[in-house]
Amino acid sequence: MAEARRFSVSAMPGFRAITLAAFAMLYAPIVIIVVYSFNAAESISVWGGLSLEWYGRAWENEQVQEATVRSLLVASLAAAISTVVATAAALGTTHGAPFPGRTFIYAAINQPLMAPEIVTAVALLIVFASVKVATGYTGLGYLILAHSAFCVPFAYLPIRARLEGMDLSLETAAADLYATRWRTFRRVTLPLMAPGVAAGAMLAFVVSLDDVIITEFVKSAGQDTLPTYMLGQLRRAVTPEVNAISTALLGLTVILLTAFFLLSRKRD
Amino acid sequence: MQRQAAVEARGARKVYGSGPAAVAALERVSLEIAEGEFFTLLGPSGCGKTTLLRLIAGFETPTEGQILIGGADVTADPPNRRPVNTVFQSYALFPHLTVAENVGFGLDMLDKPKAEVRATVAEMLALVKLEAMASRRPTQLSGGQQQRVALARALAPRPKLLLLDEPLSALDLKLRKEMQSELKRLQRETGITFVFVTHDQEEALTMSDRVAVMSGGSIQQVGAPREIYNRPVNRFVADFIGETNFLQGALEEGGFRLASGALVTLSDDARGGRPSGAAATLAIRPEQVRLGAGGEAGLPATVSETVYFGTDTHVHARLADGAEVVVRLQSPPSGEIGLSPGAAVTLRLPAEAVQVLDD
Ligand SMILES: Nc1ncnc2c1ncn2[C@@H]1O[C@H](COP(=O)(O)OP(=O)(O)OP(=O)(O)O)[C@@H](O)[C@H]1O
Ligand SMILES: [Mg+2]
Repeated sequence: MAEARRFSVSAMPGFRAITLAAFAMLYAPIVIIVVYSFNAAESISVWGGLSLEWYGRAWENEQVQEATVRSLLVASLAAAISTVVATAAALGTTHGAPFPGRTFIYAAINQPLMAPEIVTAVALLIVFASVKVATGYTGLGYLILAHSAFCVPFAYLPIRARLEGMDLSLETAAADLYATRWRTFRRVTLPLMAPGVAAGAMLAFVVSLDDVIITEFVKSAGQDTLPTYMLGQLRRAVTPEVNAISTALLGLTVILLTAFFLLSRKRD
Repeated sequence: MQRQAAVEARGARKVYGSGPAAVAALERVSLEIAEGEFFTLLGPSGCGKTTLLRLIAGFETPTEGQILIGGADVTADPPNRRPVNTVFQSYALFPHLTVAENVGFGLDMLDKPKAEVRATVAEMLALVKLEAMASRRPTQLSGGQQQRVALARALAPRPKLLLLDEPLSALDLKLRKEMQSELKRLQRETGITFVFVTHDQEEALTMSDRVAVMSGGSIQQVGAPREIYNRPVNRFVADFIGETNFLQGALEEGGFRLASGALVTLSDDARGGRPSGAAATLAIRPEQVRLGAGGEAGLPATVSETVYFGTDTHVHARLADGAEVVVRLQSPPSGEIGLSPGAAVTLRLPAEAVQVLDD
């Protein structure tokens, strides 16, 4: 009897070519940026030999230094705040009895993933503008708050996934063994969900670090983060300095995302 | 026994959910378990065994009724304030803690001094013969070893009451037998009251001081294993525990008139003061039926089948009205019982082995 032939995408004509083209589109520009960040020449398109010149320049550029510190500060605080909120939300939606409106809450938490970012950005701009007038406060708080808000769903998803895979009878067992609710949480729930929390925090950190649109709309004068600084630079003259910063940012992101994947795959 | 009950359920009822989706898992169960007793809840799947256990442990609150432990009403207490520990069917060992930390968890939560925790953990691990595994993670243990860790963890805080929910069901036969006698030994040595859940009737009969047979959310009968086996109160119990022959008929002055027309003599105990004329069911265990050659005094029957079980051979015989009776005989050394289908035999139902069950 003839074996039933199964449909396979990889057997279609042109599969190989399309795949290669797609990967080239994704990675060639990144490879070019990385390579040219080590270019000794002034131009961003003519190769002039290997050098760390642009890394040195970027490192000594005060504006880059300030933007880097600001980016890291905003990303750290936004990651911390959104992770706490996301942890509470994940516990509320996975542990305990189902409650009416749970699906709605689930959708509401994930709304920032669906809404066009530009709409959120404009909305925040308008709201914060009136708050600024009313309070006179123009500090970094607005950026941190805005980043915390849109980072919540990114932190929420890995934590929720971790909690859903958790055996609820472990908490019952802890209660049976005289643990109060708080101690059950601290000694059993928290250590077991920790990899998910760490993964969520890292994802939130990376997402915040990378954000342009909302930051561009919400920041006050002199509050450039690394991405908005780069955007500003590109509007004037394109120097290989931007390549160097991009490559450094890429390096950091790759490290964090690798850690994220390792953590979200962790099984015990 | 005048001792205080270790645990008592008073009209405990449990309904899960509400409205049209409500499930009554337990129907007003009242039960007293004495201190130091090995008490077993036995019944088919879904009869409410786990629910009763969860009510005692405090994982669920009864819809109605009360739970008392050592004479004190604990109905409103959360599980962590009840002197009860549970061996979960799924073990529920903490995967992020070592075996020793798992066993010490309860004592830790009771804020016992570190030295005492260490000593008790060592003692418990010795008791379940797992000293060598103290620093392993539960995932690095076999099923039987995990089972013993779960047991040690539940015993370590020296609860007044230990609840075991089908703790042996995941084990293979040999390990199961081993754990059965180990559990019995532990119970004897510690003197802790055990409430043990199983749906394996042999396990229940061999291990327990008393057994409660449950069905459909209610307790059908409570008694010592011999009582449950020899004096089942209804057809469900007689059928669920061991094998039983049921024969329809009615009570008469001199005994029990079978549908086939024969009269079976009853003991006063079996008759239980039932009036003549009442329709009833007669029950007798296969090993109690006496088999004789055709033509002897007794119930004439025809062999329809013989089934060889190794130590035993079952003879299926038909009475005149077609009712089938199974007779269990010890297999002879040759293994051949010497009866072929169609052979005429005589069955005798000894008065002391016959039970009458109300229809
Ligand atoms: N959380 C729950 N919600 C709704 N119904 C439940 C719940 N837990 C149990 N039940 C129902 O209650 C009844 C009794 O369940 P229980 O778990 O006590 O049975 P059991 O005797 O332990 O069965 P098994 O031998 O299969 O473990 C069953 O019909 C079950 O479907
Ligand atoms: Mg059960």
